[in-house]
Amino acid sequence: MVADDGGRGSASRSARVRPYALTQGRTAPGHILFVETLVTTLDCEQGEESALDAGRRDMPEVRAIIVLCRGVRSVAEVSALLNLPLGVVRVLISDLAAQGRISVYQTAGDTGRPDRALLERLLGGLRRL
Amino acid sequence: MDYAGSEPGVAGLHVPPLAVPNQRRSDGTPPITSTKIVVSGGFGVGKTTLVASVSEIEPLTTESVMTVMSESTDRLDGLPDKTTTTVAMDFGRVTLESDLVLYLFGTPGQGRFQFMWDDLVRGAVGAIVMVDTRRVEECFPAIDYFERSGLPFVVAINMFDGSPMYEESDLRDALSLRPETPLIECDARNRRSSAEALAQVVVHALRMVGAR
Ligand SMILES: Nc1nc2c(ncn2[C@@H]2O[C@H](COP(=O)(O)OP(=O)(O)OP(=O)(O)O)[C@@H](O)[C@H]2O)c(=O)[nH]1
Ligand SMILES: [Mg+2]
Repeated sequence: MVADDGGRGSASRSARVRPYALTQGRTAPGHILFVETLVTTLDCEQGEESALDAGRRDMPEVRAIIVLCRGVRSVAEVSALLNLPLGVVRVLISDLAAQGRISVYQTAGDTGRPDRALLERLLGGLRRL
Repeated sequence: MDYAGSEPGVAGLHVPPLAVPNQRRSDGTPPITSTKIVVSGGFGVGKTTLVASVSEIEPLTTESVMTVMSESTDRLDGLPDKTTTTVAMDFGRVTLESDLVLYLFGTPGQGRFQFMWDDLVRGAVGAIVMVDTRRVEECFPAIDYFERSGLPFVVAINMFDGSPMYEESDLRDALSLRPETPLIECDARNRRSSAEALAQVVVHALRMVGAR
């Protein structure tokens, strides 16, 4: 990913950004990223030092995703909580996944519709609410 | 196009991440599966209310940037105009088992939001189309769409004060529902009633799995 020095320290970044400027014009993610797809940051950056180094090369949006996804989050949550359009979040997460920095979960619907076993668990869960 | 985004990282970090099981997968992350149900219907029909009734978090809003073709009367060549707008969609989350989480997406029911539905229905369990009997025609685009896409869906009548009461058969006629499409009643303000409406979507999806 290209280094972004325009906004070192997110405070200096303009509040108005063209969404696709953040993704260098790419609009199609390489992974299946549904709105409900879960993602979580991988513990690959050992030690504070290297984490900081990696952090310096990242755009603020990417850093924010890495921090937010220390917990397990859906693509939609990342978009809502960081106030970034879904399309942008998909591309950024896809890049992070390709770099091995974020783990992308399979969803129940990755292969079409959720299967019978999952539907039965879902029904049980809803009826217990 | 621009969007007025606030600084990333400042909004909403108070929304807790998923509670996850203690087990770990080979990459060190916990096992967990997610899935979704779509909630659609006309303006003010109770979509957000239903999502909020069941969700374990305050409903969140996410935005998509969409390109719409609008029939233009201005253009001499008669081609549709292309414009971009931002569409908001709200959603909630409910953890049903330690490793199973359901997301609920509320989406506007107007036909011009179909691009968003294409994205939403992929992989979905099914959908609820909410209907206010005072304005039944507002749900037609959603019903048409889900029928065409083959997504299992149920139609839920949301009873408002002053809503006229109809016989089920009259409602089915007014909505031109297929015989297999379930028609239920629901009070979106009530958690039990909303959860049961969602359960009916799953029951219908199970029926359709059986029929495949
Ligand atoms: N009587 C009654 N009122 C309801 C019910 N569900 C929602 N309402 C009320 O209807 C109003 C609109 O509900 P919302 O949940 O905001 O509807 P919506 O479909 O999300 O609306 P938009 O997103 O603006 O299209 C609110 O004032 C709710 O309190 C219901 O089941 N019964
Ligand atoms: Mg709403």
